[in-house]
Amino acid sequence: MNILVCISHVPDTTSRIDFSDDKTSFKSEGIQFIINPYDEFGLTKAINLRNEHGGKVTVVHYGTSSSEPTLRKALAIGADEAIRIDGHPKDSYSVASELAKVIETNQYDLIIAGRESIDYNGGAVPAMIAEMLDLPFVNACTGLEIEAKEAKMEREIEGGKEFVHATLPLLIAGQKGLVEEADLIIPNMRGIMTARTKPLSVRDLSSNEIKCTSLSFEKPQPKQACTMIDAGNEKELVTLLHQEAKVL
Amino acid sequence: MSVVVYAESSNGLFKKGAAEILTYAYKTAKSLNMKCVAVTLGSTDELQQLSKYGIDKVVSINTDFDICDNKGIAEALSKVIEEESANIFILSNSNTGKTVGPRISVKLDASFISNAVEIPQSHNPLIVKKKSFSGKAFELAQSINEKVVIALSPNAFHIAENPNSDCEFSTFEIDKSNQNVNSSGIEKAQGKMSLAEAETVVSAGRGLKGPENWNMIEELADLLDAGTACSKPVSDIGWRPHSEHVGQTGKAIAPNLYIAIGISGAIQHLAGVNSSKIMVAINTDPDAPFFKAADYGIVGDAFEVVPRLIDEIKRFKSAN
Ligand SMILES: Cc1cc2nc3c(=O)[nH]c(=O)nc-3n(C[C@H](O)[C@H](O)[C@H](O)COP(=O)(O)OP(=O)(O)OC[C@H]3O[C@@H](n4cnc5c(N)ncnc54)[C@H](O)[C@@H]3O)c2cc1C
Ligand SMILES: Nc1ncnc2c1ncn2[C@@H]1O[C@H](COP(=O)(O)O)[C@@H](O)[C@H]1O
Repeated sequence: MNILVCISHVPDTTSRIDFSDDKTSFKSEGIQFIINPYDEFGLTKAINLRNEHGGKVTVVHYGTSSSEPTLRKALAIGADEAIRIDGHPKDSYSVASELAKVIETNQYDLIIAGRESIDYNGGAVPAMIAEMLDLPFVNACTGLEIEAKEAKMEREIEGGKEFVHATLPLLIAGQKGLVEEADLIIPNMRGIMTARTKPLSVRDLSSNEIKCTSLSFEKPQPKQACTMIDAGNEKELVTLLHQEAKVL
Repeated sequence: MSVVVYAESSNGLFKKGAAEILTYAYKTAKSLNMKCVAVTLGSTDELQQLSKYGIDKVVSINTDFDICDNKGIAEALSKVIEEESANIFILSNSNTGKTVGPRISVKLDASFISNAVEIPQSHNPLIVKKKSFSGKAFELAQSINEKVVIALSPNAFHIAENPNSDCEFSTFEIDKSNQNVNSSGIEKAQGKMSLAEAETVVSAGRGLKGPENWNMIEELADLLDAGTACSKPVSDIGWRPHSEHVGQTGKAIAPNLYIAIGISGAIQHLAGVNSSKIMVAINTDPDAPFFKAADYGIVGDAFEVVPRLIDEIKRFKSAN
């Protein structure tokens, strides 16, 4: 089975979010970047599927050379090869178009993306790819089993879950549940060493079309200090929630 | 020209978010001097309700779609958008909205903007404020294309009624194409309330010590008509189902009231809940980071504070 995992590279979840002085861009100096957590579940699932069915796991990322450590980490975790599309991604549409080009020119049975990137939270790239390539698409996927060309999946819906099935080739946007937290693979020394010699190819952009731009960013107003209520005086809390906050 | 809005229903009933999205679409249309057209999918007896929100025209597609058929739903909605020659299409950031919105934008060669929190500041080019960085920032996004698909962040906009007695009702026929994803069933979560739609959420963390102690959390939630949530470690160790995990790597929610019990308030947890209107923290540790983010706080043992809070709310409810 030939599997492609789309990886976005995002600020570590503990990062302080700051913007350039003119407020037009995210300040990435001093920020530690990681594999988008949703994509890490997908990557681990892809590796498990390859170990079970044979085949190859390729990871793809659209970004500048500064994200190569993230791709090397994916190789250390167990992917077989990596592709980097060289450029600075500007919007979901351009990312989806570039990824669609890679998918079109190779034969993948399964393409795994994440439910959303935890930085810009677009949550749009996978569904756009599905539309561009007319692939069956399952969003918020929390479980996947494959037998021959048939995939059985579980996905999260509002107020529960849905069981769905589709025929390969297939695109999913995954999250926790594909594998559990405890199944995530932490690269060992051997993985890190072999990752250095695994193929990482760099491709040029095929187009530069974008459909959205960011004009500026701002941080939310700082919260007012917390009103403390003494334990034992829960009545006061109820009164405040009713009269002051007007949420009861 | 018109603004088209998708009023999502499930089993024939409009979702709570529908009133919010209709209000948003009406206000957007009004600010741009456009007609506001609502589109619905599947059979429902509640169509008349839509006119309460200032809608000029309701187009109903009476074909039933499986919710997993994102290709079919996107196709059907796109046809109506084209038929109405709309430049702006609005839907909610619900599960379905997030899946079909981007598809429609590609189909119609439109820009896609998700997590919007305000009506557009301008048209041509369209500029709208949206949430970004898991609620840690706002962004002003500008569309390049004339056509735009906007997904509205839930609980970001106040519902307002603007009854329109001239609202026109019409139907639209669709030839359904072959589904490429099929459903073999749905399993409802045990909780009564969907977290995304809950106006109040009662959430608990590792401070509760074990899954057997969640009775009081559920009792408090029942009393407040609230959904229940939990921190990540709590769902990782299996005390609570994954569907309750909120935070940067779980669900992002924005209820009116979020009550956090025995949750330290780690940055990753706050990222998923900091869009709540009011937050209450109950924690034994006066230095717990949650008190820096909360509006109201009680330093105390959850096993004493929560039962007393339950009593007080019961008293409050019987008095009001
Ligand atoms: C990549 C990454 C992603 C993450 N994503 C998320 C996420 O999406 N969501 C999330 O929640 N976390 C996430 N985390 C984990 C996060 O960093 C915290 O570890 C987690 O939120 C802590 O959960 P907690 O508050 O329940 O537990 P703890 O940090 O153990 O806090 C328990 C709290 O309970 C209090 N307490 C103890 N006893 C009592 C009592 N009797 N009464 C009242 N209070 C009591 C303690 O004072 C303490 O403050 C993530 C971490 C990483 C590294
Ligand atoms: N620059 C990128 N390179 C590769 N994959 C990406 C990129 N950006 C987003 N993706 C994929 O699309 C998913 C959703 O991202 P987004 O639509 O940006 O929220 C991510 O979880 C990734 O799987």
